Amino acid sequence: MYPQGYRYTKDHEWIAVEGDRGKVGITDYAQKQLGDVVFVELPELGRKFAAGERFGTVESVKAVSELYSPAAGEVVEVNAALADKPETINQDPHGAAWMIVLKLADPKAAGSLLDAVAYEALVATEAK
Amino acid sequence: MSELRKTPLHAVHVESGAKMVPFGGWDMPVEYSGLIAEHRAVRTAAALFDVSHMGEFEVAGPGAHSFLQRVTANNVAKLVVGQAQYSALPMPSGCPVDDIIVYRRGDERYMVVVNAANIAKDWAWLQAQQPSGCTLADQSDAFALVALQGPKAEAILQGLTPVELKAIGLYRFADGVVCGHEAIVARTGYTGEDGFELFVAPAAAATVWRRLIEAGRPQGLLPAGLGARDTLRLEARMLLYGNDMDETTTLIEAGLGWIVSLDEVKGDFTGRPVLSEQKANGAPRKLVGFETTERGIPRHGYPVFLGDDETGSVTSGSFAPFLQKSIGLTYLPAARAAVGTELAVEIRGRRIGARVVPTPFYKRPR
Repeated sequence: MYPQGYRYTKDHEWIAVEGDRGKVGITDYAQKQLGDVVFVELPELGRKFAAGERFGTVESVKAVSELYSPAAGEVVEVNAALADKPETINQDPHGAAWMIVLKLADPKAAGSLLDAVAYEALVATEAK
Repeated sequence: MSELRKTPLHAVHVESGAKMVPFGGWDMPVEYSGLIAEHRAVRTAAALFDVSHMGEFEVAGPGAHSFLQRVTANNVAKLVVGQAQYSALPMPSGCPVDDIIVYRRGDERYMVVVNAANIAKDWAWLQAQQPSGCTLADQSDAFALVALQGPKAEAILQGLTPVELKAIGLYRFADGVVCGHEAIVARTGYTGEDGFELFVAPAAAATVWRRLIEAGRPQGLLPAGLGARDTLRLEARMLLYGNDMDETTTLIEAGLGWIVSLDEVKGDFTGRPVLSEQKANGAPRKLVGFETTERGIPRHGYPVFLGDDETGSVTSGSFAPFLQKSIGLTYLPAARAAVGTELAVEIRGRRIGARVVPTPFYKRPR
């Protein structure tokens, strides 16, 4: 379910690091908690975020959820297609529904986040 | 905090995997398969809702008619046996204690359906109005209430009851048998779509629920939760007590003048002086519908601006799943509330454009 190569936050974002770039999205567990996603607000290119800083918002019909950056870095890509097709977040949260790509301030920092096994354990406790 | 109450269908919801949330002191299903799918099912086929948390009071006796005339806003004299009426319990201020539906079940026998969160408050209010010549009974625990809503509701239900449904007009009801159990079958609802509400004994609720799901599935029926119920009623501009109206908004301000009767036969009732004056001369503010002109979702409590003036807040707001746009309700000064008026809603510190539009936002095709 949760890709092995990704790292995860306790706020239910994932980050996939490749070189000095990190692709960011929200987890399957997060999209299920939200329900049908109908709106997403993402940052502009060039914005810089600290680890844990709010970088956007995702909304379902019933709920508003803030997005927090898993790592420090600068936004170098934004998935603009999500604005018109926010339901992609429900359909393919770990793939097509990536949200931003960060040029990481410290590519090694993401290593301290949860791995897939630890994240699955976290989700299992939250679901109870 | 006291433990959440459970409807007779609670176990069915949990076992079907519905997402449960607290609502008005009850543990209720907010969604089953997905809010948008459930919402669309009501507009295009049918859906089934558990609304057993609603309260039911019986008012019976020779004085029932005059008591209800005195404590409700609408004209009870218009009801024949087998007819229901949307109404409210006004305070002397003209603001509602609750909005209600009055069912005339016999010559001197009425059922009043009230909001779940207001059962205790309404009961105390009615007692304080000193009923005479009639008895009041809280029968809330004697009924489960299931709402079957959508264009296919009649076809689905007809297969499970000998009651001739075509003969039941809008806001009419009949006593009959559904799936072998006694039921009150009412053509009422809270979705802006055709449909029925079935009052049954708590012990019969699970059977009726399961048989309706089985019979309806092939026609596209989905079990649905309170999430879809809320977006459906908002598209149809049906008000939610506690959000769109409460003890600080008069019925006229809320746009409910049509349930305020000044008919001679009704005579005096609680709140009449204020309501009569506002009906004649207008109220200082008015509940209007708006849609956003920029991207964003207005939600309950977000501030609303006319130019630089903060005029109030969003009373109900949502992305409307069938209309595919963001809509909401808010109170505006009556002089600045015309259709077309530009306003702004503050969403997380940013003001988003919106415009007053005619309501209901959605009207079902006939």
